Amino acid sequence: MERILFDQLQEELYHEKLPNGLNVYILPKKGFNKTYATFTTKYGSVDNTFVPLGKNEYVKVPDGIAHFLEHKLFEKEDGDVFQQFSRQGASANAFTSFTRTAYLFSSTSDVEKNLETLIDFVQDPYFSEKTVEKEKGIIGQEITMYDDNPDWRLYFGLIQNLYQNHPVKIDIAGTIESISHITKDLLYECYHTFYHPSNMLLFIVGPVDPEKIMSQVKENQAKKDYKDMPEIKRQFADEPSHAAKKKQVLQMNVQTSKCLFGIKALHVDQTGEEMLKNELSMNVLLDLLFGRSSKNYDELYNAGLVDETFSFDYTQEQGFGFAMIGGDTNDPDQLAERLLKMLMVAKNGNVFTEEQLNRAKKKKIGAFLRAINSPEYIANQFTRYAFNEMNLFDVVPMLEKLTLTDVQTLAKEVISEERFSVCQVVPKK
Amino acid sequence: MTAPEEKITQMQGYKLHVVETDKYKTNQIVWRMKAPLTKEDVTKRALLPHVLQASSAAHPTTTALRSYLDDLYGATLYVDLAKKGESHIMSFLLEIANEKFLNDPSPLLKKGFELLAEILTKPNVSKNAFDQETVEKEKRTQKQRIQSIYDDKMRYSNVRLIEEMCKGEPYALQVNGVATEVDQITPQNLYEYYQKAFREDEMDLYVVGDVNEEEVKKLAHDLLHFNARTPKKAETVDVQKRSNVNEVKEEQDIKQGKLNIGYRTNVCYGDADYFTLQVFNGIFGGFSHSKLFINVREKASLAYYAASRLESHKGLMMVMSGIDSKNYDKAVGIIHEQMEAMKKGDFTEQELEQTKAVIQNQILETLDTAKGLIELLYHNVVAHTDVKLETWLTAMQKATKEEIVDVAKKIELDTIYFLTGMEAGK
Repeated sequence: MERILFDQLQEELYHEKLPNGLNVYILPKKGFNKTYATFTTKYGSVDNTFVPLGKNEYVKVPDGIAHFLEHKLFEKEDGDVFQQFSRQGASANAFTSFTRTAYLFSSTSDVEKNLETLIDFVQDPYFSEKTVEKEKGIIGQEITMYDDNPDWRLYFGLIQNLYQNHPVKIDIAGTIESISHITKDLLYECYHTFYHPSNMLLFIVGPVDPEKIMSQVKENQAKKDYKDMPEIKRQFADEPSHAAKKKQVLQMNVQTSKCLFGIKALHVDQTGEEMLKNELSMNVLLDLLFGRSSKNYDELYNAGLVDETFSFDYTQEQGFGFAMIGGDTNDPDQLAERLLKMLMVAKNGNVFTEEQLNRAKKKKIGAFLRAINSPEYIANQFTRYAFNEMNLFDVVPMLEKLTLTDVQTLAKEVISEERFSVCQVVPKK
Repeated sequence: MTAPEEKITQMQGYKLHVVETDKYKTNQIVWRMKAPLTKEDVTKRALLPHVLQASSAAHPTTTALRSYLDDLYGATLYVDLAKKGESHIMSFLLEIANEKFLNDPSPLLKKGFELLAEILTKPNVSKNAFDQETVEKEKRTQKQRIQSIYDDKMRYSNVRLIEEMCKGEPYALQVNGVATEVDQITPQNLYEYYQKAFREDEMDLYVVGDVNEEEVKKLAHDLLHFNARTPKKAETVDVQKRSNVNEVKEEQDIKQGKLNIGYRTNVCYGDADYFTLQVFNGIFGGFSHSKLFINVREKASLAYYAASRLESHKGLMMVMSGIDSKNYDKAVGIIHEQMEAMKKGDFTEQELEQTKAVIQNQILETLDTAKGLIELLYHNVVAHTDVKLETWLTAMQKATKEEIVDVAKKIELDTIYFLTGMEAGK
């Protein structure tokens, strides 16, 4: 077991890669009541075309199947795993993103028992036609709930504007029509392809004894017979670098309009340090441009074009990425126009100062400290970073290294009208 | 079990609550002001914190103030509004990095404290009025904030249930105020209200983190001092008993119907059976092993979510679920059956034990976050009680089946609100 120390943060991390390929990380948190554990597979909604384990040909599976599988894994022949967790005083949950499916629990007692339950239920699927059919009603209601949610529609509308072919444009839960094609056999096919330990990461954070926890996990895994797994073959259609569509307006039953401005990312083939640097530069750039202390934000707020819902965010994963800026507004067209102008000003001149950069870095460093108060943040983000060959604990050192030239170079490169798109939600007439 | 110790000191015009813990990388400072919820004041109270956090005398623009926060290693400052029972609460929250995790030794706690004190006591004011432009901007945002509730159907249906259920009671007022009264606020009358609130409100300061109580006391003593006061208590409201269940249906162009059901529990925080009510709620609808989740979602596949929650100081319980409009009768029927089962004691020893285990876990987890801890401690301020954190952990474990059935029998169905899609009945 490897032990990694972070002096400045006063944290330590334990790691071991098990013979079956599973990566296990443990971060002891003294003083906390709660232990939080995530068991995550590198498999999300975008992985819809792949060569199933033991076969030679690519298949395309129904939209929403990774999320459907996440729901169904909780059901066993003798009942529901939620029940078992709550008998053991734990609260369990799961989520599916574009690139990951995570199963998790938190508990303040019986940690070993709960950890055993977590590992075993994820590694022991039980799907039947009957329970698959029943789940279609529940997920159907989840889909309709999101259909009525204007922020979700806005977010996905913008991704669909930006992406022509890449499966990131498909809603994570799929549609009522697409999930109707899901069968128990398809679920098993996805499960066996993507849930091998070598494609997964287990993270435990809390007031635990790392030695004890590690040997428990090793013992558990040694009992299970996993064959070595060939590399997973995933396929993604070619994606142009420009936005697929410039604009989309959704009419919904709302009183306030919304406008989200998007930039399709560059360099989405990166991993590791390169990716970390690009991602952090982009986050700093957006903060310099649109943060609460920026001139632009002040201007937009004073003009009555934005309110406190205004925000921005950057997402980058292997194969896709986007920046999004916007929120509620009285005048979605005017807001889109102003944002475009502000971005072009940043592209065409060296508008930021050292002082502003240093302030933005300080802000990000403080935000990182705040974030690592949260066991959830540590486990989920560490996993995401690791799947992209980055290390969460490199964030502060990398931030400290960023220069004004890094940020300005990125601004010139990534800000480009052909990669812009706008999505709006307006009240239905 | 680790329930941290809360040290309370009476200061000039407010109480200081300090919790010393080295769990966090940051320190949390929360200032709270509580007054009776009234139609007359609520709109001003909803605006005031936003005006105060927009600027101060020393940082007269939002850009200047926010730049200073960034310089303090991205200290976060935000305001929050809540109603608890018939009280309205304004909160100012400042969270700041602990410098022992930084290369830079500047004393951040002190600077954060000074800034919060400045926001509260040295606002951007001239001639007994707030800055005109700031007030106008924040009024515009306040109107948008009130209006935007309509767009979030889950929140909207919950607000509508409360409006229908508590018609005529202060609790029917929304935390963000009344849209039509925003325009009557001026920089002058808001400043008058600011002075009144700091003169009369019940005020509390919470500091949680790796701090020293004596040092915090000194900072608080030097920076924040007000006149002594006897806070006004919110009057308890007499609720008219309904002879029939109040059923309200509203139609909107939406895909998923929102079903919200309100009950009067007749039990509030501070009552002897309050913790039993918590256990009741856990068996009935609080968790994913609860009756509502199992029967509405897992067995009948009617919904993605079906849950209940308590309003501890008003004595309410709210059930919420998103369903297909055509399934209204079925869903309401199942929910009624679950309530009847509770009243008849039709729940197993396992359901009871499971619920206690999960509640215990939930409370301990809440104590792991500074905000959660403050939220639990503040119940005592609202209810003027002195319930120890340990009591939260022990009292619920003692609840028996008979006690839970007794609590169940006190619970009365009041209002069923349904926000339905246009195609209902087709």
